[in-house]
Amino acid sequence: MNLFNIIEDIEKIDPELGDRINPRRNVIKNMASFGSKVAVAALPFAFSTLLKKAYGQTLPTSVVEVLNYALTLEYLEAEFYNQGRAQANLIPAADKSAYFDKISRDENNHVTFLQKALGSSATPKSAFTFDLTANGTFADVLTNYDTFLKVSVAFEDTGVRAYKGQVTALQSVPDILTAAVSIHAVEARHAAIARYVLNKKLNLGLKPWIVSTTTGNDTGIAAVNGNYEGEDNVSQGGVDLTKLPATGTSTSKASVTAAFDEPLTKNATLALLVGSFIKPKS
Amino acid sequence: MKTETQNPYNANMARRAFLRYAGASTAVAGIMAMQSCSKDNSAYEEDGSGGGSGTVDVGSGDTGILNYAYALEQLEAAFYIQVVNSFAADFTSDERALFTDIRDHEVSHREFFKAALGSGAIKGLTPDFSKIDFSSRTSVLNAAKTFEDLGVAAYDGVAAKIQNPDYLVIAGKIVSVEARHAAVISNIRSQGSFVDTDQVDGSTGLNITLGPTKVVAAANLYLKTKISAKSFNF
Repeated sequence: MNLFNIIEDIEKIDPELGDRINPRRNVIKNMASFGSKVAVAALPFAFSTLLKKAYGQTLPTSVVEVLNYALTLEYLEAEFYNQGRAQANLIPAADKSAYFDKISRDENNHVTFLQKALGSSATPKSAFTFDLTANGTFADVLTNYDTFLKVSVAFEDTGVRAYKGQVTALQSVPDILTAAVSIHAVEARHAAIARYVLNKKLNLGLKPWIVSTTTGNDTGIAAVNGNYEGEDNVSQGGVDLTKLPATGTSTSKASVTAAFDEPLTKNATLALLVGSFIKPKS
Repeated sequence: MKTETQNPYNANMARRAFLRYAGASTAVAGIMAMQSCSKDNSAYEEDGSGGGSGTVDVGSGDTGILNYAYALEQLEAAFYIQVVNSFAADFTSDERALFTDIRDHEVSHREFFKAALGSGAIKGLTPDFSKIDFSSRTSVLNAAKTFEDLGVAAYDGVAAKIQNPDYLVIAGKIVSVEARHAAVISNIRSQGSFVDTDQVDGSTGLNITLGPTKVVAAANLYLKTKISAKSFNF
């Protein structure tokens, strides 16, 4: 994370940034001494403090909404892995240390990162109740490892789609956009691994990438069909990928749908999760 | 922005307006044909200033970013084609299937950019894989991890510079697949490795990002035709 670029980037969008952070602009212009005195590890915190200072309550409403939406999804994922890891005899020890301790760490870090970026605008976790069984659809999610893995796959794939659906809403705040696409890539790393582990366990023929043939959903879990709707798209930016020059099976529907992940709108994502996994407290 | 509306005859601005307009109509394939109407229509240049004669610059603006991505996808596709053509003997059948899938995805990415860029595309790049021992599973896995992690860091690092929202979404569609590749390759190479500290910041949970300066330097280690990205000096 290059703090100097970030300041420059924000200034391009918001020329008054320097004044917002401090009326004496030379404080910002003298960032060299600031940078050298702040340990690299502390930069993300320093950065979010700076952002908060800069925008305070005036962080654009649309950006606050996107970040709170992302935070809600991260609350759900973090809750899922925290509870799963706390269950005795759910996740085999080898898989826990190799995979789910790390995924859980990342999801909790995402929560913290988004909370810091939002500052006082962050929706508290206490605003929601989380039902990991989704009203009983996945009743044994915390006692049956197969079910846990299936829900993990659905959450991660949906998380990737959800972040992708918000990138254009963040173009006015480049630093936040970079953070969002970077979280998005980590969700995709998790998704690939969750799929890999589920496939290793059940030998479903499931790939680490989403292979759509007849429908978007390749997981065999009918309850999450909606989470994969639209993944069977074969056309990108007006280019039909099945008609391009081929190597191997690169122009097959299975391959081109796997080669491009599709976004999901906020409304579609929330419709899939709210009322089942996520219940706002009244 | 005022300059753009007040000076409609400025070639660069007109080109940018074309790009925006074309993006809004989602017809990416047609963009470069329109772009060729402008006087300054070479999306890339070859010169001797970027690291030896024949260096290919990716260009500027969104076209430059698409060509930057096209260059990386060319490199990845060429690598996996060679891997699959002569698998190291000790790759398992499951691993071979995964590598073959990845090859096909990278070819799709490469061909997509080529088609979308049309006449604005940089030329085909000649790779230099002399540092990779394709008969060694370890050597291939090391190189694959390098390429995939580099690709993810490159897309994420340049995303905020993309102007056209349609291109941004398409970059997003590709980078998550590169991240899936990166995770699986890394995990095959060393079980439990997929979000290590060289891939993901352990304190924020954000993927590592890299600007074009570092990415180009890393990519050029594996390219006979060197590339540069002079407009993206970060």
